[in-house]
Amino acid sequence: MNIVVAIKHIPSIADDLPVKGNNVDFDSVDFVLNEWDEHSIEQAVLIKEAVGGTVTVVGVDLIGELDNALHLALAKGADKVVKITADDPAADSHQQAKWLAEAIKGMGADMVFAGVQASNDIDGQIGPMIAAYLDMPYIGGTSAIEVSGSTATVSKEFPGGVGMKYAVTLPFVAGVQSAPKPPRYAPVSKVRQMAQTATVEKVAPSGEASSGLAFKKMAPPVVTGHAEMIEGSPKEVAAKIVELLKSRGLA
Amino acid sequence: MAQKYQKAVAVEKENIVVDGVDVSGHWNRMFEQRVIFEYTPELIEKIASIPNAESFANCYQCAKCVAVCPVDVVGNYGPRKLYRYAQTGMDLTEAPELWLCTTCANCLRVCPKEVNMVKIMPAAREQAILEGKFVPNELQQAFENTAKTGNPLGQPQRKRDAWIQSAGVPVPIIKDVGRPVDVLWYVGSYPSYHPRGIDAACAAARIFNALGIDFAILGKEEKDDADSQRLAGEKGLFEMMAEYNIATFNKYEWKEMVVTGPHELNAFKNVYPKYGFERPVVHYTTFLARHLDQLKPLLKHPVNKKITYHDPCYLGRHNGEYEAPRKLLEAIPGVELVEMQRNRENGYCCGGGGGGMWLDSFTAQHTTMRLSEKRAMEAASTGANVLAVACPFEVSRFTDAVKSTGNEHVDVLDILELLDRSMRGE
Repeated sequence: MNIVVAIKHIPSIADDLPVKGNNVDFDSVDFVLNEWDEHSIEQAVLIKEAVGGTVTVVGVDLIGELDNALHLALAKGADKVVKITADDPAADSHQQAKWLAEAIKGMGADMVFAGVQASNDIDGQIGPMIAAYLDMPYIGGTSAIEVSGSTATVSKEFPGGVGMKYAVTLPFVAGVQSAPKPPRYAPVSKVRQMAQTATVEKVAPSGEASSGLAFKKMAPPVVTGHAEMIEGSPKEVAAKIVELLKSRGLA
Repeated sequence: MAQKYQKAVAVEKENIVVDGVDVSGHWNRMFEQRVIFEYTPELIEKIASIPNAESFANCYQCAKCVAVCPVDVVGNYGPRKLYRYAQTGMDLTEAPELWLCTTCANCLRVCPKEVNMVKIMPAAREQAILEGKFVPNELQQAFENTAKTGNPLGQPQRKRDAWIQSAGVPVPIIKDVGRPVDVLWYVGSYPSYHPRGIDAACAAARIFNALGIDFAILGKEEKDDADSQRLAGEKGLFEMMAEYNIATFNKYEWKEMVVTGPHELNAFKNVYPKYGFERPVVHYTTFLARHLDQLKPLLKHPVNKKITYHDPCYLGRHNGEYEAPRKLLEAIPGVELVEMQRNRENGYCCGGGGGGMWLDSFTAQHTTMRLSEKRAMEAASTGANVLAVACPFEVSRFTDAVKSTGNEHVDVLDILELLDRSMRGE
């Protein structure tokens, strides 16, 4: 089983949003692995553990710091890691999808996983676009993937608590919503060991694509209203909360 | 009753007949199959074969440890029990018991066989982590935060010294001072980021200023000591942080390091030397007790409170400091100091050590109440209206615990905050 996981490095704006011009000030933020990609890697390693095979993790190196994420992937059970040396922090997801597809093309993948979306643009296009470039079917929003022979049983969740299982013939591309288990912990000693011993394969970016969209303006959200703090003893506060909920038809 | 007692001497008899029955029982069982127990010594051997966990096999089941184990007080635990569970089929590296020990070291104090859980637990946990076994989620999060952001709370590194804005006194950053200082004050993660920890940090800054101490902090260069992460089994993370911290400490000239927290004291004094760092480090209570003559005239305002003091495990049992905190509290005019039943060497653990700080929900699932709640109840039972602490883990733990046990009338305050109140009259 040859599984390829396409990952995305994104600016961490958990704390605040530094802006420069009409984009994020990429020099003032740390880059982190997209949270959904952590699930993609976990899903791939779980399948490898169940049926054997290899897991290759590939990502676009936007700022020259992707190695940390790749070493982490190796410590979690990936076998091979590849970085596309783009050095372009502003590359959008369409461009990244093109570069990723070109890099993945010759890998002979049975399955390609990508996080269903990333929290920086919530674009959700990397998976579908890779599938289109590679001429493979795409299934998005997966919550569990099990493989038997040349067929995968793919679970998806729908609104309202409805779940569905699909039988998908390999090869295919999946947009991973979540792995069936929380992403495993990689001990720092293993990550450091990987940093010292592992080889990160480098690939030059190839091909051009664009979403056709341009940022007109970027700004941190403007605070328009503040939360109302309810004063008083816990009992008084509780009574006021109940009153508020009732007056708004919520209780 | 002038009779002289003699040692009882056992008398063996072949048989004895009571009420017509031969009670030796030879007539019905002496030639029968006797009950045979089957044990699994390999699960004891599995733990004892891990480097640093060898003493696990020393246990001879005397149970002295169980009497002092803080987890057993609120649950079913203790080194003796762990040995017994292992004997009857528990693989410690996969059991929830692996995560309940707080490394408080009270068992080691009473153990005649030197079964050392302070070494056994980190070693067994490290093995479990390296083998990819179950790690409680909240602990995993603290590990990941420490590795990513330099502190277990997951707060941004560049805001590590943001607290100094609220101190109201100058807090020099050593990088900006540009000259050697007497005291490098290692603030610590919780005093830097946690709202109640910041209160203690601000109090310390005011006290150091009032005493005219020539001090500086590392500011944005300071990162977590990671000792509790080590005790929770993440030795690789600890080593990574230790390498960074030692290099940072050695960048600057200073005579003595003062730490806010006992866990940092333990790290820098007892563990970092193994990694090449050997410079003087003291806890703030020891440091301030040394300046008591200068400090006393500053404590102008009475604090009319009945105070009980909780000995932090890593200040007391692990580092032998019991008197300095009490001297400081007694120096505050108006203070009446009362002791809880379990104090000093037998102090009860707050549950925060050995990674317990980040296992609160997990531990709560396996105990009848939190250790901090048990201790808060003990504090309240002395009639005290202040529970004084000297460890940054404790303020938040006990503040929650006095609320959840219905003892809100007990204020949880760091000794730094009490000294500051007496100094400023609030």
